[in-house]
Amino acid sequence: MSVLSEDIKNRIRALLPKYPRKQAVTLPALHMVHDEYRHVSPEAVVEIAEILELHPSEVQDTMTFYAFFKEKESEKLGKERVWVCRGLACMLRGAYELIDHCEHKLGVHCGQTTADGKITLEFAECIGACDGAPAILRNDEHVMNVTPEKADGLFAEIRK
Amino acid sequence: MKYEPILLARIHKPNSHQLEGYRADGGYAAIEQALVDKKPADVIAQVKDAGLRGRGGAGFPTGLKWTFLPKDHPGPIYLCVNADESEPCTYNNRILMEKDPHQVLEGIMLACYAIRSEKAFFYVRYEYGTAYRALEAAIAELYAAGLLGKNIFGSDFHLDIVLHRGAGAYICGEETGLIESLEGKRAWPRIKPPFPAIEGAFRKPTIVNNVETMACVTQIMRRGIDWFKSLGVPPDPKNPRDAGSYGPKLYTIAGHVEKPVCVELPMGVSLRELVEVHGGGVWKGRKAKAVNPGGLSMGFVDVLAPLKGEDGKTEYDIPLDFNGPGKVGCLGLGTAAVTVIDDQTSMVDVLHNVTQFFSHESCGQCTPCREGTGWMLKIMERFRRGLGRREDLDILVDVADRIGIIPGTTICGLSDGAGWPVKTAIRKFRSEFEEAIRKGEPSRYAKPLQMVGAH
Repeated sequence: MSVLSEDIKNRIRALLPKYPRKQAVTLPALHMVHDEYRHVSPEAVVEIAEILELHPSEVQDTMTFYAFFKEKESEKLGKERVWVCRGLACMLRGAYELIDHCEHKLGVHCGQTTADGKITLEFAECIGACDGAPAILRNDEHVMNVTPEKADGLFAEIRK
Repeated sequence: MKYEPILLARIHKPNSHQLEGYRADGGYAAIEQALVDKKPADVIAQVKDAGLRGRGGAGFPTGLKWTFLPKDHPGPIYLCVNADESEPCTYNNRILMEKDPHQVLEGIMLACYAIRSEKAFFYVRYEYGTAYRALEAAIAELYAAGLLGKNIFGSDFHLDIVLHRGAGAYICGEETGLIESLEGKRAWPRIKPPFPAIEGAFRKPTIVNNVETMACVTQIMRRGIDWFKSLGVPPDPKNPRDAGSYGPKLYTIAGHVEKPVCVELPMGVSLRELVEVHGGGVWKGRKAKAVNPGGLSMGFVDVLAPLKGEDGKTEYDIPLDFNGPGKVGCLGLGTAAVTVIDDQTSMVDVLHNVTQFFSHESCGQCTPCREGTGWMLKIMERFRRGLGRREDLDILVDVADRIGIIPGTTICGLSDGAGWPVKTAIRKFRSEFEEAIRKGEPSRYAKPLQMVGAH
C-alpha cells in the first residue's frame, strides 16, 4: 500500500523534465510531501526515492541536512507553522520577549505543536523581514512589526 | 542634489510586479535590442567595462567572472541566481523580487544570452514565499507572452528559468553549497578549484550571480557604461588591485533606527548619513554605540572610535563602498546591510546572538567551523549567565582568528564570517566585556532558548 497519493507522485514526476538529473527533484519532492502530509515518513522517503531512481538513504541524507523537515509522526506539523525570527535585527527590537510571549500564550516550546493541532511554533534565524522587526513567518509569508497583541490576533485567526 | 532611484524606481507603482507595467516603462527593450545588434561577447564587454561588482557579498567583478567560462564549450552552461538571501539583517533582494521581479528576470535573460546559457536556476530561500510567488507569476507571464522558451523575440536565443526553493539553511547562499542543494544533496560547499565556472551545477560550467547584480545588468544594458560609472567611487589610485565601487547600491537599514528601510544610493554613502538621514536616526532619541555595516559576517564598527588620520571623524564616517569597512577592521562591504545597536544594549547580548546564529548555521562539514562556532556560543552562554572569565576574551579572539577560508582551515567562508563579528566586538568593545566579567551579573536574556536541530 502506497503512502503517497497518485496525485502527489504525478506532481513530482512532472518536475523531472525541468532538471538535468532526477536527484535535483529531491528538495521539491520533500517540500510537496511535507506540505501535504505534515511530515515525511520513512515510507514516503522510500517512495520519493523510487520516483527519483535513488537509494532511500540518499533522500534521507539530504532531508536530514535541513532541520526544516519533520520526520517522525509524533513531530507532525500542525495546521500552520509560525516561526518567530530571532535574528539580530529582530532581537534588538524585542524578538526574545516575543518568543517568550508566544510560548506562554500557546503553552508550547519552540519546535512543538499546540494540543489542538492548529499551530506549530518555531524560532527562525533571520527571515529577511528586518524592516518590520520583530517579525514572524506564517508558513512562508512575513508578518511584520509583531506586537504581543498582533501575535495573539494571528493565533486567533489561525484557530478560527 | 537628491538621488533619483533607478533599481527601485518602480517599486511604489501599482502592480509594479506585472509584465504590462514593466513593458510600458521600457522593460525588455534592452534584451530585445541586444538580441538584434549585440553578440554575447558585446554584452560581457559592456558589463565588464561598466565595472559592475557582484552585489551578493564578495564583490567579485561580474563581467570578469563570466569570462572564466571555458571558450567554445559545447554546453550546457548554467546560470544559478542566488536568492538565498540569508545574511542576517539583509533584505534588499527580497524587495526587488517582490516589487519588480521583471527587472531581475530581464537581467537573467541578458546574462544567459551573454554566457550562452539556455537554462537558469533561480534558487529562492524558503522564507521568501511572497517573492517566490511574485517570480512564479512573472515567469508565467513571460512564457505566455513568448518571452521565455524557444526563439525569444524571433531570435535563435532559447531560455528556460526554473524556480527552486530552499529549505531554511544559511549555507545555501554559499555558491557551491547552493549548487549541491540544487542537485538534491546536503548543502556542503565544495572544495575550490574547480570553480563553478569550470565545473558547477550538474558538473557543467556554471555562473552564480546575485539578484541585485542581475537588476544592475538590466540597467547597465539599458542605460550604458557612462551612467553606471557616473555613480559611486572610482578605484583608489594607491591600490592597483582595487576595481572601484561603481553604480547604485541597495542599502538596508535595520535595528535601533527610527525608520528601518531599504534605500538606493550611489555606492560610497557614509554610514553616518545612512543611519542619521535615511534611517531617521537612532530610535528613542538614543545614541548609536555599534553598527554592523554589511551583514553580521562583516563585524562591528565602533561609532565613537576616532578614524585614523581623519581629524574629528570616527568609524561612523566610513564610506560604504567595497573598501570602506575594511579600513576599520571589518571584513568588507558584504551585503551593505546596516544594523544599528544603541548605547543601552549590551554587547554581551549582541555577541551571544551572533554566535548563536553561526553555531546554528554551520553546516558541520569542516571541524574547525563546526566546533569553533559551537565553542564560541558556549563561551557566550557563560557570559550571558554572568560567568565570563578574563581568559575567555583571548580564547574567543584566538578561535575567531583560526577558523575560516582566509586562515585556510575550512572549505568555505562561513566561519570567516563567524569570526569577524567576534574579534571586532572584543577588540573594539573590550572594556565592556571586562566590565561584564567584573560585575558577574546575568543578562536579562540569561534563560537560554531551546536549541533544536542545528544544520
